[in-house]
Amino acid sequence: MESKKYLEDISQIKDLMNRSSRFISLSGLSGILAGTYAIVGALIAHFYLIPQQGGYVILHSWNFKMIVGVLIAVAILSLVTAYLLTSKKAKKNNEKVWDETTKRLLINFLIPLVTGGIYILIKLNSQHYGLTASLMLIFYGLALVNAAKYTIGKVRYLGYLQIVLGLICAAMPGYGFWFWVLGFGLLHIIYGSLIYFKEEKA
Amino acid sequence: MGLIDNINKLFDHRIRLGIMSILMVNEEVDFNRLKELLDVTDGNLASHTKTLEKAEYIKIEKSFIGKKPNTRYIVTPSGKMAFKKHIEALEQLIKKQ
Repeated sequence: MESKKYLEDISQIKDLMNRSSRFISLSGLSGILAGTYAIVGALIAHFYLIPQQGGYVILHSWNFKMIVGVLIAVAILSLVTAYLLTSKKAKKNNEKVWDETTKRLLINFLIPLVTGGIYILIKLNSQHYGLTASLMLIFYGLALVNAAKYTIGKVRYLGYLQIVLGLICAAMPGYGFWFWVLGFGLLHIIYGSLIYFKEEKA
Repeated sequence: MGLIDNINKLFDHRIRLGIMSILMVNEEVDFNRLKELLDVTDGNLASHTKTLEKAEYIKIEKSFIGKKPNTRYIVTPSGKMAFKKHIEALEQLIKKQ
């Protein structure tokens, strides 16, 4: 009798709660591509910019500026890709990309990330490069965990993994570069693939 | 007393139920956002928010952003209680069948 109507009520409540407070999940492909950009960027830095055996990068040198440039390029490319693919996905599902929820998602993502970025720059200016990779992983992980409240996907777990990786990295000086590749490259690709295949199935 | 008595008549309407669902999970929501999420007309939304305000389930806050009037809606503690009760009643009714 009435029970069908009540079930409809419940599903409407759920749908509106989700749609009004949680941003649609990022497309899996953007994760895979972000990871690929990170690895390509790291390879360029490894073979062309970081001096081999015994040498080190001096602040304000040409190499240093180029490495920072590669990092910024990777970040911008990843963001643009994520934005383009997500808006495409949103359009397909008839959802809006830019609304209250997205704004909240972005603000919550940027607070830890910008804090970390500024902190790393301050440390670099006083010649402390040692922990850069570790700090990047930790702050990026915190940003993901903080933003996860506003997404439907499982970004939270990617955040936890980045934080753990960052902490291990801090305990193993000298391997920063490889941890960076593992976190920003490999983890993104694995996470992106998992989401991508789930999307394909759905 | 039947289970049906716990069903809140005020929430037994698609738009009012929708308004409450949205306000339960958001600190505050403005008029346009509600309209967009619920896909209803201005007049329709206004009349239902008024009903909910009269029951003191939601609070209406008016302000200006520049020269544009901005109306925001916030669920009250008693609105939260009433909504939770309503959902429990829905669950009970579904389970019984």
